[in-house]
Amino acid sequence: MPFVTPEFLPALPEILLAVMACLVLLVDLYFGRRHPSWVFLLAQASLVLCALLCIALYPEEPTTTFNGTFRSDGMSAVLKVFMILVTYFVLFYSKFYLDVRDLFKGEYFVLSLFAVLGMMILVSAASLLTLYLGLELMALCLYALVALNRESSMASEAAMKYFVLGALASGTLLYGMSLLYGVTGSLELDRIREYQSVGGEIDIILVLGLVFIVVGVAFKLGAAPFHMWVPDVYEGAPTSVTLFVGTAPKIAAFGMLMRLLVDGLAGVQGDWIEMLTILSVLSMAVGNIIAIAQTNLKRMLAYSTIAHVGFLLLGIIAGTRAGYAASMFYVIVYALMGLGAFGMIIVLGSKGFESDRLDDFRGLNERSPWLAFLVLVLMLSMAGVPPFVGFWAKWSVLREVVAADQVWLATVAVVLAVIGLFYYLRVVRLVYFEEGQEAAPLVCGTDVKVMISTNALAILALGVYPSALLALCVTALG
Amino acid sequence: MAELVVFYCFAAILVFAAFRVITVRNPVHAALFLVLAFFSSACVWILLEAEFLAIVLVLVYVGAVMVLFLFVVMMLDINLAPLREGFTRYLGLGAAVAVLIVAQLLLVLGSDRFGLERVGAPVRRAADYSNTEELGVLLYTVYAYPFEIAAVVLLVAIIAAISLTMRRRPGIKAQNPAEQVAVRRSDRVRLVKMRSESRR
Repeated sequence: MPFVTPEFLPALPEILLAVMACLVLLVDLYFGRRHPSWVFLLAQASLVLCALLCIALYPEEPTTTFNGTFRSDGMSAVLKVFMILVTYFVLFYSKFYLDVRDLFKGEYFVLSLFAVLGMMILVSAASLLTLYLGLELMALCLYALVALNRESSMASEAAMKYFVLGALASGTLLYGMSLLYGVTGSLELDRIREYQSVGGEIDIILVLGLVFIVVGVAFKLGAAPFHMWVPDVYEGAPTSVTLFVGTAPKIAAFGMLMRLLVDGLAGVQGDWIEMLTILSVLSMAVGNIIAIAQTNLKRMLAYSTIAHVGFLLLGIIAGTRAGYAASMFYVIVYALMGLGAFGMIIVLGSKGFESDRLDDFRGLNERSPWLAFLVLVLMLSMAGVPPFVGFWAKWSVLREVVAADQVWLATVAVVLAVIGLFYYLRVVRLVYFEEGQEAAPLVCGTDVKVMISTNALAILALGVYPSALLALCVTALG
Repeated sequence: MAELVVFYCFAAILVFAAFRVITVRNPVHAALFLVLAFFSSACVWILLEAEFLAIVLVLVYVGAVMVLFLFVVMMLDINLAPLREGFTRYLGLGAAVAVLIVAQLLLVLGSDRFGLERVGAPVRRAADYSNTEELGVLLYTVYAYPFEIAAVVLLVAIIAAISLTMRRRPGIKAQNPAEQVAVRRSDRVRLVKMRSESRR
């Protein structure tokens, strides 16, 4: 392979973030004890800077650099901006959560920045090698973040489960990748796709590799039957970490799915559509039905995530550009909703109190009517009730599935979504129509209140006017 | 021909050692069998003229990782009885899944699919051909980007390991070297002036 001096410009956001993360680490070392808020402010500033760079460098057409290992295109740019935006909110909630509980540590922000770097590398990977490295960078940071509160045995247990199962999934993914490499002789996703379009008959080893890859990706997404880690990790991790694990990495996992299946394995589309259909139906069923039995809100939202992943896969199953755009819209909307829902648990909590049981939401309306209204918005949006953006997300993927002549799948999805409506509405009922044990009005900082209000009102606004975001997804996928 | 004999020798040792790793009862023996497996695969790589990788495998895995493994195994002294408790309960399901996977892999991964006509025989190089140099050139040019990411992954591993283990546990008596160094005589010794007592 001849060496071409790479163009650095398309990768500038990644380079900037890597440098800034190291800088934050140094600032934490020298000034962390006296000025802990500097670390937080610098981390936020680097995220903002990085997002602005991503927007400024928005590629008109896909560019590949670093000898076919890095790709910058519309999809990667849009996903990066939203991942950074979500992380910006996450760090804000996190600071509030950590401050209240005396858990504030500079490493928390450093690891979060490196996790974002991993996600950015992941969504703009053009070769299996960079894809895997980005994935591992993200995952390692997340394992450490889950375990960061060493006093909590539940967090340690969750981290252990996450780590062991994650390592297993990575191994599976690597095995699939090695099979792809063995068949096609290249790590570059473009070469792998070209190989499939040249050779007339599809190699069965390619399909075997695909099986392993789908298993690995399904694990990272948390799709049934590879969802076992999701409820335990969500419940055991500190809520601020749950918030992070449940939102931005989902966008990254969607990017990984697109890179691997659509960019790399387009030749065996028929095969992966079948596999994803099984995953999707199982996820929607498991997620929506088991969530009904949960009494812990974090656990309930974990099962709701599994159900949402099932829906997210529907657009990819449709197998068209419009379908992928619908899925992308779905994952971005889901990240925003998850952000609000877990953020609400953080806002309602206080020192030594997690507010993660359903009973903690009883009678919220009497304590704080505004927060109760925001819970209503978030829950109805997640359930997919019309005026909110969650409805448009579900509607757009279902429309694409019907357009792809898979009416039965759309029917199953709608039935399961109606079952799911139950547990979202139960939260609303607890908030508005039940008496709470505590009657004291709720006090929480103005800044987090502004943040959560922005978050929930954005969902409301997007629900009224969803076409801008949807159009953005369509143009990004070209 | 001689090469083929050597290959089959090492391959047989490799498979045997790998099998023993998971069947032997003593964890120390298992670790040592793993060393043997690594060593035999390094020898197979030498046959492929990948001498740099072979030496790195021995240095890093046998020399560092496995020694660490042995230390941990010896220090922890794990009681294996509770770990073996569920063995018979999961045996049926586990065996069924294993047989299924092995059967599928055997169906798909045969020599007819990865044979020489598909992959091509490795090119024999002259004696002065440096495998290490080629790898280095590739690593710092074509694969510079993945190489940098790998460096970041290692940095994250360091940060994570330190932040997870360096913490102040309540109720543990620990020394503070800075305080010990900065100590003054007046902190430790108190001179008490007393009048000498008269002898009776």
